[in-house]
Amino acid sequence: MLNYVIRRLLYALPVLLGIVVVVFLLVRMIPGDPCKAMLGERATAEACEAFYEANGLNEPIPVQLGIYLGKLVRGDLGESIRFSRPVAQILVERLPMTIELAVAALFLATVVGVGLGVAAAMRHNTSVDVATMALANVGVSMPVFWLGLMLQYLFAVILKGTPLALPPSGRLSAGIRPRPFYEVWGWQVDLDTLTGDLMEFVANHFIFNSLITGQWAIAWDAIVHLILPAVALSTIPMAIIARITRSSLLEVLGADYVRTARAKGALERRVVARHALRNALLPVVTIGGLQLGLLLGGAVLTETVFNLAGVGRALVEAIFARDFAVVQGVTVVVASSYVLVNLAVDISYAYLDPRIRLE
Amino acid sequence: MTRVAELEALAEEQQFLDRPVSTWRTAWIRLRRRKTGIAGMIIIGFWVTVALFAPVLAPYDPNEVLLGVEDVRRRDPPCIHLLGCDPSKPQHILGVDGNARDEFSRIVYGARVSLTIGVTTVTIAIVVGAALGAISGYWGRWIDNIIMRIMDVVLGFPALLLAIAIVAVLGRGLRQALLAIAIVSIPQYARVMRASVLQIKELDFVAASEALGASKARILLTRIVPNALTPLVVLGTLGIASAILEAAGLSFLGLGAQPPTPEWGTMLGEERNQIFSAPHLVFFPGLAIMLTVLGFNLLGDGLRDALDPRLNE
Repeated sequence: MLNYVIRRLLYALPVLLGIVVVVFLLVRMIPGDPCKAMLGERATAEACEAFYEANGLNEPIPVQLGIYLGKLVRGDLGESIRFSRPVAQILVERLPMTIELAVAALFLATVVGVGLGVAAAMRHNTSVDVATMALANVGVSMPVFWLGLMLQYLFAVILKGTPLALPPSGRLSAGIRPRPFYEVWGWQVDLDTLTGDLMEFVANHFIFNSLITGQWAIAWDAIVHLILPAVALSTIPMAIIARITRSSLLEVLGADYVRTARAKGALERRVVARHALRNALLPVVTIGGLQLGLLLGGAVLTETVFNLAGVGRALVEAIFARDFAVVQGVTVVVASSYVLVNLAVDISYAYLDPRIRLE
Repeated sequence: MTRVAELEALAEEQQFLDRPVSTWRTAWIRLRRRKTGIAGMIIIGFWVTVALFAPVLAPYDPNEVLLGVEDVRRRDPPCIHLLGCDPSKPQHILGVDGNARDEFSRIVYGARVSLTIGVTTVTIAIVVGAALGAISGYWGRWIDNIIMRIMDVVLGFPALLLAIAIVAVLGRGLRQALLAIAIVSIPQYARVMRASVLQIKELDFVAASEALGASKARILLTRIVPNALTPLVVLGTLGIASAILEAAGLSFLGLGAQPPTPEWGTMLGEERNQIFSAPHLVFFPGLAIMLTVLGFNLLGDGLRDALDPRLNE
């Protein structure tokens, strides 16, 4: 097992490095003079020369890449032009929102998707099966942003005034702000240090922060705000998970050991729950991990629709504002976390299914 | 006379039985039996018809601003005479958009844009991806290593995220978005092609060609590639679906097609803040995107089942 983990890690490293290099080169290829973008259109030649010198832009590209990698290893992601703040700080503020959204969507997609898949497989070739799979087909074809807008209309306009009404945008109701856990617990935290950033990062997961500190009303408010975006974001992965669960369960249900279980007289429900589902869910684990890429991409759209200040929104805003350090930092961080999560999924898969390790 | 006809029919049948049936023919026969495949073909057929006959179907020029031309106001809801809309008012079956243009005409013309996006991106991606995959699989060694490691890096990105980053470099616009989506989807085709090539190149008929002295390039192009196309066709059909979806997403963010292009994602993005006052301007373009994507997804699924029953998901 350890062997396998090491092999996978070694395999992920070049991909991570590749991602950093690609993003670095992409950002260098963006048309426009970084000096003019930073100091304004009327910057003089001397001012620009000084700027290049100060930022190492006179060095050859490979040297610049080396410097960038060096900074990256030390956790320095550069500085945002638009906000004059470190990119890392922006990530500390924005990333938790996206993580909460992605986790909620993945949770919904898995629970509902597996449920639908099991229902379809157990009633194979009945109307339940056909309806579920038709629904799954519509689900994978769903434009996330459209569904989001439709949900907003349904829950904030049509259902307005009913108990089913949900807030259409934002992360919390106006004027509400959770107290960070370190404040509640009376910890002395210096926010300018790395530990401080880390604390803030954790505290910015509003739902998590409110739950561990018992700010129930705020946690509830945050959850209610998260429902619609999470539902919108979860449709495509949900549909994919439902399909995989169904086909995988159908395959397992035809296996010899399942026949044995049935022959012993076990109820179908028990056969599925105790014997078949465990093995059938293996592929679902892999697919679940792969969906994260879709979720992170979809998060950009969902955050735009629901006006959520997440990292995806930050990326799009940065592109419009030509704030390249942010584009670079966000892309590198999000893409590397995607690679790392997939690595974790691979490893957990190998743990669940010993056959994988030998390949 | 009847005797002759009978014999002829028999001969024909015999001939048909003797003739080997091609993969594509079997696939076509199987596809016609699949409900998903049929449904997909009907939906795609519908949109292709709409796109081809757009000038006939659309009652207005998609970019004509009707303010002052007709008795309309910006974002008027749908007005259908048959359903009791005041006959003195001009008929707009899907309403009027924020610039007082006929929404129905824009959606009809949008079919052209979306189908073009889907087909073009996938064509670019398949051609480049298949070429890279074929070279990688057939030559192997360091070429294989370099190409596939680059593909790994591209696959390491969440697709839409990389597409957004590429658009940041290329600039906003439909053509740029199209290229970005194509680049992002190249690795899938390269991987599938490479896997097929690796499998096929071990087969006897390839060895036979080698023994006859055919050049590597010739073997690759005439023996291996044609036999490796099947999975690409399936993947390509599904790829059109995701390309349309991703392009609509980029356009929605304002990174793809620019106004006044009647692109569904752009139309939706422009009016998204009006969702509470003019939901029809969000509903219809989105529905059009969903239906088109659904059509290609259904056809892709049907093709997968038809071309290789073992690949059943």
